[in-house]
Amino acid sequence: MKLILKIWRQASPKDEGGFQTYHLDDASQDMTFLELLDALNEKLIVEDQDPVAFEHDCREGICGSCAMMINGRPHGPGEETTTCQLNMKAFRDGDTIIVEPWRARAFPVIKDLVVDRSAFEKIMEAGGFVDVDVSAVPDANTYPVARRDAEEAFDAAECIGCGACVAACKNSSAMLFVAGKVSQYALLPQGQMEGLQRAWNMVAKMDELGFGSCTNTGACEAECPKGVSLAHIARLNRQFLKAGFKKVGEEKN
Amino acid sequence: MSISGIFLILFLIVHLTVNSMIVFDDSGALFNQAAHFMATDPIIGVIEPILAIGLIVHFLFASIITFKNQRKRDVNYAGLGRYKKLDAAAGSNWPSRNMYILGGLILIFLVIHLINFFWKMKFTGDPLLHTPTGLEGDVENAYNLVTTKFIEWKWLVGIYVVGALALGLHLYHGVWSAFQTLGWSNRKWRDIWNVIGLIITILFAGGFAFIPLFVMIQSMV
Repeated sequence: MKLILKIWRQASPKDEGGFQTYHLDDASQDMTFLELLDALNEKLIVEDQDPVAFEHDCREGICGSCAMMINGRPHGPGEETTTCQLNMKAFRDGDTIIVEPWRARAFPVIKDLVVDRSAFEKIMEAGGFVDVDVSAVPDANTYPVARRDAEEAFDAAECIGCGACVAACKNSSAMLFVAGKVSQYALLPQGQMEGLQRAWNMVAKMDELGFGSCTNTGACEAECPKGVSLAHIARLNRQFLKAGFKKVGEEKN
Repeated sequence: MSISGIFLILFLIVHLTVNSMIVFDDSGALFNQAAHFMATDPIIGVIEPILAIGLIVHFLFASIITFKNQRKRDVNYAGLGRYKKLDAAAGSNWPSRNMYILGGLILIFLVIHLINFFWKMKFTGDPLLHTPTGLEGDVENAYNLVTTKFIEWKWLVGIYVVGALALGLHLYHGVWSAFQTLGWSNRKWRDIWNVIGLIITILFAGGFAFIPLFVMIQSMV
């Protein structure tokens, strides 16, 4: 399979950067997208050129590293797939594929396709934890949790923090990420200690770090590789409004 | 945004109800009575400035949010233009991404609408308003003003149809979005709000477009 790859190359955060075109003649439909980039990099190394910098780790869709925009879609075409899970069968012989990094003011480019997503960690530091010592996995049925709540919390906890929601959002809002992190605790007994404070602090941190606000377009949900639902954003909004009425933000901050 | 938006929807319900009287009574008596009530009732007189404030709040918040959010991305995606169907917005509908543009269209329409009717009824007056209504008391003939304009100026009908469509699209996203922002949504209610949003869209876009078209077409047959 012959492919034309237009890849964003940027040597450093301060470099202007631009698209470079690469022709790959020996791509296989059995490759994943990351294997395609590996093949390209091997070729570039042999030719004594700088290989394309991109993030990758688990290559099974659970680490959230392989963040890149493929043909204008986070993690490329297909529903609920990460870039590492993206099969080259999604493309045809002779296709031109545009690959670029996440674009958001809160995610500055470090090199090529790698962006600095430490803003997500700062949001987690603001509230993505529990204050109680939960030690090892508790015995079954020690804490009564309704099955519906357990399922919903698990659905939210599936978020891998890849940043596709921010990349897809026209406002570069991190609401789906924050909503996932708030929901996974809000529904379980272990998360009740921080309660509304968590929602307030994490949203405040998100705003501070330069993410936009949510206008409910739903682009994040459509592009989320884990299918985290907008219903979690509604829960976050409920908690945030309640926190506002009870003025929890002002008391503890 | 959400609270002012819901407030403005309540106003639209009243407005459409009054307007529909143009269709249901060809003599215009029903509409004239309703217009007279809206112009003279003290409670309506109190609500009117609140409505104006609601609209201004809605516009100001929208402007602040839109311009703030636009600055959150410095570079646009190159892959977007070429692959329209596969773009990042594939999961979001067009109205949801263009609420400010739709709102701007509605605002332009609103200015034209107010100059043509509200301003004349309230301040400057118009000879058409002082034609006999057949009703007791000092009732202005608002029906005559409205229908005459729609019959005389066919282009005005066009503007009203475009305005109604813009309003409909704005509400299609606005209704569910307002309740989502207030947290009054979940997996089940999201579908319910979307259906309610669609009904409101069809009702308002259809209703507000139908009335001027009805007046114009009725005069031609």
